[in-house]
Amino acid sequence: MSGKPRLTYCNGRGRMEPVRWLLAAAGVEFEEIFLETREQYEKLIKDGVLMFQQVPLVEIDGMKMVQTRAILSYIAGKYHLYGKDLKERALIDMYVEGITDLMQMILMFPFSPPEAKEKNLDSIKERATNRYFPVFEKVLKQHGQDFLVGNKFSWADVQLIEAILAVEEKIPAVLSGFPQLQAFKIRMSNMPTIKKFLQPGSPRKPPPDECYRETVLKIFGK
Amino acid sequence: MAGKPKLYYFDGRGKMESIRWLLAAAGVEFEEEFLETREQYEKLLQGGSLLFQQVPMVEIDGMKMVQTRAILSYIAAKYNLYGKDLMERALIDMYVGGTDDLMGFILIFPFLSAEDKEKQRAVIVQKATSRYFPAYEKVLKDHGQDFLVGNSFSWADVHLLEAILVVEEKKSDVLLGFPQLQAFKARISSIPTIKKFLEPGSQRKPVPDDKYVETVRRVLHMYYDMKAN
Repeated sequence: MSGKPRLTYCNGRGRMEPVRWLLAAAGVEFEEIFLETREQYEKLIKDGVLMFQQVPLVEIDGMKMVQTRAILSYIAGKYHLYGKDLKERALIDMYVEGITDLMQMILMFPFSPPEAKEKNLDSIKERATNRYFPVFEKVLKQHGQDFLVGNKFSWADVQLIEAILAVEEKIPAVLSGFPQLQAFKIRMSNMPTIKKFLQPGSPRKPPPDECYRETVLKIFGK
Repeated sequence: MAGKPKLYYFDGRGKMESIRWLLAAAGVEFEEEFLETREQYEKLLQGGSLLFQQVPMVEIDGMKMVQTRAILSYIAAKYNLYGKDLMERALIDMYVGGTDDLMGFILIFPFLSAEDKEKQRAVIVQKATSRYFPAYEKVLKDHGQDFLVGNSFSWADVHLLEAILVVEEKKSDVLLGFPQLQAFKARISSIPTIKKFLEPGSQRKPVPDDKYVETVRRVLHMYYDMKAN
């Protein structure tokens, strides 16, 4: 049993993907256990390892952590990706929460009924281009620095590059009109740990497909 | 005017209530500006005060903070309600995540049809008694301390008390079978700052009514067609 963090989730992005991104960006190797059956999930509940009967679960530093935000905050704090003081942390939290709201729309997308998919795609595009991307475009333009907060690589940058790529998968030209974000995307993608994560063979998971959706429904019976 | 945080929201609970609770628990006085008209909201938008075009917004320490979780984390850290180290913070974050999920079921309640309200009431009680309350009952039982984390009053305690009280508003005997939580409720309620917040005349907001729902819909042009979970 190494000291590596151990992630328990389905074999797909879902709510665990930001955790994979952040650990990878921090250069931290981790192990993964993939839930494939309802029985595996029920056993975890019976064993009392899921505080609120939910995954993601991350075993790290002797803790069995649940609640995605809590997990991400801990990792960011531990690996110095959370700013240098309370005010920088406040900015990072604000930015991350905003991006998370956008990512939530993408998270739920595979589970929306077929007749709602086009409308949901339009919503994602509208929110990305009218609400979220303009904010970060402006932040980067105003301070002219490479990173969102405090002239230093942080959790906010990782969350933003993840979101940009996820939205682009659905709306390929979404960054047209956002030159700062285009440059940001290239800069972040070239950072060694992120570059590695973006290469084939990394723990990064592919976009959710029908198989993933069915597995999730089978295990959690939603 | 100098220095007090200023809260921008509707005159009602919603997402701002947890912030009122935390400031009050920390003994921090705050001002409030209540949104009543669409024009007020549009003025805030045009003035660039709302980073993602949303409220809650809290002016604090020279920042116009948005995103409830970010605001709460800042207040918790500033007023030493966030544990003594990274691990205690992790526990507090986990616990608050749970009570936040539970209160999420109650947040939409006022916006539901009468029929959906009854369904949702059952969901709230079921989640509280089978998922969330047992988790906190166990935490308190296992360590036998007065507070959830690190034997010290924290954001997690404030948030749990808030959650207990709002669930009790939906089912008054919901704490039956949770003796630790009953004792916890009594203990935390008698902390001076909290006791004061629970008294009439404080800035705590009442249970949301139809007028509140109308105001939110009128100001935001949203939430017309909410469904039960």
